[in-house]
Parts: sequence; C-alpha cells; structure tokens
Amino acid sequence: MNLWFTENHSPNVLFSIKVIEHLYTGRSEFQKIDVLQTAEFGRILTLDGLVMVTEKDEFIYHDMITHVPMATNPGIKKVLVIGAGDGGTVRELTKYESIEHIDMVEIDEMVVDVCKEFIPQTASKLDDPRVHLHFEDGLKFVRSREDEYDLIIVDSTDPFGPGEGLFTREFYGNCYKALKEDGILVNQHESPFYEEDALGMQRAHKRITGFFPVCEVYQVHIPTYPSGHWLFGFASKKFDPIKDLNADAWNELGLQTKYYNTDIHVGSFALPNYVKEQLKDAE
Amino acid sequence: MSILSQQKAPIMEALNKYKKMRVVPFDVPGHKRGRGNEELTAFLGENAMTVDVNSMKPLDNLIHPVSVIREAEELAAEAFGAKHAFFMVNGTTSAVQAMVMTACKAGEKIIMPRNVHRSAINALILSGAIPVYVNPGVNSELGIPLGMALEDVKRTILEHPDAKAILINNPTYYGICSNLQAITDLAHEHGMLVLVDEAHGTHFYFSDDLPASGMSVGADMASVSMHKSGGSLTQSSILLINNDVSEGYTRQIINLTQTTSGSYLLLSSLDISRKNLALNGSEIFRKVGEMAQYTREEINKIGGYYAFSKELINGDTIFDFDQTKLSVHTLEIGLAGVEVYDILRDEYDIQIEFGDIGNILAYISVGDRRLDLERLVGALSEIKRRYGNDKSGLFDHEYINPQVVYTPQKAFYATKEKLPINESAGRIASEFVMAYPPGIPILAPGERITTEILEYIQYCKDKGSFMTGTEDSKIEHINVLKETEQ
Repeated sequence: MNLWFTENHSPNVLFSIKVIEHLYTGRSEFQKIDVLQTAEFGRILTLDGLVMVTEKDEFIYHDMITHVPMATNPGIKKVLVIGAGDGGTVRELTKYESIEHIDMVEIDEMVVDVCKEFIPQTASKLDDPRVHLHFEDGLKFVRSREDEYDLIIVDSTDPFGPGEGLFTREFYGNCYKALKEDGILVNQHESPFYEEDALGMQRAHKRITGFFPVCEVYQVHIPTYPSGHWLFGFASKKFDPIKDLNADAWNELGLQTKYYNTDIHVGSFALPNYVKEQLKDAE
Repeated sequence: MSILSQQKAPIMEALNKYKKMRVVPFDVPGHKRGRGNEELTAFLGENAMTVDVNSMKPLDNLIHPVSVIREAEELAAEAFGAKHAFFMVNGTTSAVQAMVMTACKAGEKIIMPRNVHRSAINALILSGAIPVYVNPGVNSELGIPLGMALEDVKRTILEHPDAKAILINNPTYYGICSNLQAITDLAHEHGMLVLVDEAHGTHFYFSDDLPASGMSVGADMASVSMHKSGGSLTQSSILLINNDVSEGYTRQIINLTQTTSGSYLLLSSLDISRKNLALNGSEIFRKVGEMAQYTREEINKIGGYYAFSKELINGDTIFDFDQTKLSVHTLEIGLAGVEVYDILRDEYDIQIEFGDIGNILAYISVGDRRLDLERLVGALSEIKRRYGNDKSGLFDHEYINPQVVYTPQKAFYATKEKLPINESAGRIASEFVMAYPPGIPILAPGERITTEILEYIQYCKDKGSFMTGTEDSKIEHINVLKETEQ
C-alpha cells in the first residue's frame, strides 16, 4: 500500500511523509486530531492536517523552547505553559528540580488524551506532581493572573484556528501582567520564510514589543515545519538572554539534551539579515 | 406554522433553476454573469456574479411581485406572524420611511420617542408629517435614553387625539424595550396605528425567551433589519404589515422611493435567511443569548466596567431587555465609550458596533466563536489596566431633551443661513447633528440650538466620535433658519 500524508507548506509547496499506519483519527470541539505511524519520523501528531509533533524531530523544538529561558534564569520556580498538549515542553521542564510548580493550560483536553495514549515519548511527564493541568482557553486563564509566574511558555499552534487568541496584543499584555517583575515570556514565533508564516511572525513581534523592555528572537531548524526555519520569541522584563546567560551554572546541572547546549543558546540569537529586516519592519 | 413550507426558499430555487437553463443574456446587468468584469468576478466570486441578474418572468419583479418573490414574501409573513411581508433592498431605513409615509400624510401627526433613528425623522422631512415627541426615560447612572413611559404615552395621546400613529423602538440600540403590548392596546383604543422600528429586534420573532415582537402584540407595521441579527446581506430588510393596513397602498408607498432594479443577491439572502431563522432560529438565538450572558459575566468580573442586563428592568421605561445585546458602561474606568471603541480597533484589531459617550455595544451573533469572546474580554481587561483613569471630567449623559420649534420638513426647506456652529446658540437648526453610530440625532431640523447641546457636540468631537448630519462635512458650520423665518 502506498499511503502518504501531505501538508501544504505554502499554497504552492507540498511536504509529504510516507505513512505506515493511521493509528488514530478523531474530532474534538476545536479541531481534527490524527496520529500516524510513519516510516521516517516515527509517530506524528497532526491537528487539522498540520504536523505538530513527530517523534524524530520534537527534541529540537522542546529543547529550545524550554532550556533557553531556564539557562538565562536558573531561579525560575513557577512556570505557566500555554498550549503544549503533546506534553514535550512539560517533559523538559520537569528535568529541573528547582521548578516547584507548573501550570499547563491546554484548550483541547482530547489532544492530551490522544498524546498520552499514542505518543508517550512526549506525554510521559504530565503526571509529575508539580504539573497542574487546566483545560481552558489560555487567554482566559492568564487574564485573571497577576505577578505570579517566573516564566510563561506559549507553545501554541498557528495563529489561525484555536491558537488565534495566543498571537494577540491582549494576550501578550495579559502575560506581562501575569509575570513577576523579572519574568520571561517565550513563545512559538512562526517562521520568516513563507509569506503567510512571515506575516504571522511579524504581527506577533509587533504586539510583544509594545510590552517588554527586552524583546529578542532566536532560531532553530525543524525539518517537519514549513521551510524548516523556525523562530521563538524571548521577551522579558529584566533578563537578557545572552548577557545574563549563566553557562557554567546550567552546565553544572548535568542535564541530558539532544539539541540544546550553551553555545547554541548564544548562536541561535544570531539572525540572518532578511529576518532582521522583517523584525525591524514590524517594530 | 407548517415546517415543511418554511424549508422552501423560492427565490433561491428559481435562481438555481435559471442558472441551469443557461439563458443567453441580452439584458442588463452588462457584466453578463461576470464575464464582462473579470476583476470584480475574481473579487466577489463567480457564484455571486451569476445570480446578479435582472428581473424577468421566471424570477419575478420586486416592484410588483406575482410569483417567486411573492411566494418568498408570503413565507416570510408566515414566519414572522404578519399579514404580509415586503422584501426591502434599500435598508431598514427605507422600511421605516415606508411605515411613516404609509401611516401619515403631510400635516398629520405621529407620536414618537425623540431617540429614534435618523431614518424616522428623515421620513418626516419627506412626508411633511408632524412629530409629537415623547421624551424617553433616562437612566442617570448609565446616561442612556430608555423606552417610553406608559403614562407619558397616555398623556401625549390624550393631548393629541388627532395623531395618526405612534412609532416605537423595539428595542433601542442598547437593547431596551418599552411596554409594547400596553402601548399598542392604548394606541388602538384611540384609533392610532402602531409602527414598530425593529431594526435591532429581528430575533424577537424566533425565541420565547426574548422580549415581545411587534407582530406578536398586534402592532400594525414593523421594520425588521434582517441583515443585523437575521444574517442576511447588508442593506436587505423586511417590512411587515398586519391588521387593516393595505398591502397595495403600502406597496405604492415603497415604490415611491425604492429601486426598480431590486438586487437578487439581497433578495435571495432574505429568502435563505428567513428559511434558516424559521427552522433554526430558536436554537441560534439561545446560543447567542448564552454567549452574550457569558461575556457579560466575564466583563463584570474585571471590575469597573458594567455590562448591564435584565436587572435594569423597572416595569415601565425599561419594560424588558434584550439579553443578546452586550452593552457595557465604561465611565467608571475613566474612559468614554468611544475611547474604548477606538482603542479596541486601533490596538487590538477588534471592531465593535459602537461606542458613545458612556457605553460600548458589542454585537454578538451566531457567527461568533468562543475564542473571539475571550479576545474581547481579554482586551477590555488590558484596556482597563493600561488606560484606566480617574472618571472625573467625563460627560455623563447621552440625551438632552430637545426644544422643538418647527416641523422637520418646514425647518429643512426653510430659508436658512450658515453659521459657525459655536455661534449658533439660540437659533433653530435646519439640519441634523448626530454621532454615527448610533445615529440618534443630537439636533434635528426644527429644534432650538442651546449652549448645552453645543457643549455636548464639542465633547463628542473631542472624544473622537464620528459626527455627521450637517451640509458642512467637518461639522464646523451649521445651517440655521434665518431670523426673519423665526
């Protein structure tokens, strides 16, 4: 049988993965959820037909969305994670014994249930006693919080559909309010390459810069995301991700990571000229 | 109501049939199913262009419907519980004008609350009917005009027994209803027609949990903005008649001003929306009510804002309240409604229906998603945090009782002169001044200009309200009656 999963990376570009077996399909109140067993990428989770996580390359995304802020401020104790239904971000966070409390807010409980059953590689640490799951709208959750978190990680889908509210000025403003005076906000920041992703990226940047004195962007390459070139946002009230990086302290923790190290931490903030220009235009 | 017949949509069905006939058009419109205007077709879509067609035998004719349009109008009449329904393509404005002009000839009196939409007063300019205003009640805390008090209506009717009709807002823009049943009964006892402006009340016809509709209390005519809560295309509307109002005469009045080239895009949108409302309206508006209620509760939790609802009901000037309306009082956070309206649009990409001096109105409909409601609440919470202020210095009311000197028609057509607006106190206005939306005149033709009104106009301008009505588009000058005319 010749079965392929295909995703539009742009209106004119297709990306296909050979499928061995369609393990799960279902529709939640918010989106269509599928899990596929693939030849190259292991199990993959798709939402509304878009790849969210693959077993083969998820480490890149999850390493970089968590260890960059954690190495910048080793004193982080209370974390809010928004989205991240696959559990990979929480898995990385639970590696830190210094973290005391993690609130994870995912709008779609079904995503978590499906990942627990089919992708334990990422969902394995959701039962950690420090992790508190909340199944509700992220914007609503953060609205009522004030001066509470050291770190907020926005691990969202694209700015169309259920994740739309997580790319808005009202959301970033509410995050600012929910963070302590030295708080850090890291967010999935879309891609600079294809036009539609780049517009989302610029909009997100524009809306964050209004609130935080430190507003940087760093890059990773994720093979299964459109163009492979992906960005994260690092915004903070106080910490600078490079000047305040305490490499020795992080290395002494002895954490096992497959992508992240303190050299790539610094290097990931070095951006290509066209990305710098896009960011400048957005400001 | 026969559910089976309401599943039909005669205009849509006729258009579909007509498309299949592949008729060669040697008639207007000249774009010939879109082929003659590629850019427009690419923009609007081929489907829309192929049904933008002329009146013809298989598709009936809006100025004198005998087949599919007539059938669609009859289905609408059944759905709304009326004797007859007219499909209108010139907006609810034209429906309101047709009501007034059907009920009153030049020189005849019509009783109405002063907080009517400009379209009602425009109808008086056109027809020469004489308004007898009932001052609406005012809620001093919220600064908004309310419904008419029954006692005020009774006194006005007794003072003007020769009035031909009474016009009632059901509801007002803010969602407030007068005692429609009692006023209707009272007017009928005195031989007056009851005209209901239901520009914001389409949904009342499709839910038992909402305030009473015009037809349900036996009113004679009602203008229903299908394109607001009913889901049809902008500019499409329905005029309902009941009781002894003549269908033929009403049609003649409508045809005085309505286009002879009724758009089939608008007509089919009315037809399809009527079908949807008849079949699913009750469920749709239950959901809308739930969404509005949820959002209201969340907004009230923020503190400072007051999203008001049924608790305002007082048995008279607020006889009932439309819970699908999300009206929010903003003055307590130190911002005028129009300021919140502007910040929502400019900073948060959220467009709401209107903001006036003390309030905003967000229009909730079946098209809303939960996440969008969260955005609205989140943004309001942020606006309070970032822009919240001391409330002192804010104007606190929306409504100033007018001094009516001349009828709107006489004042509009009188010999007039142009004055800088700030030097016009004491004179009589020949034209409107209003903030739009909501389009309720601050000054109407024939009313005396006072210092208080001028201060209010200046305040609205300062706060960024979009002002309109005068010949001078900048609203720096106003036409007033010449002294000799006075």
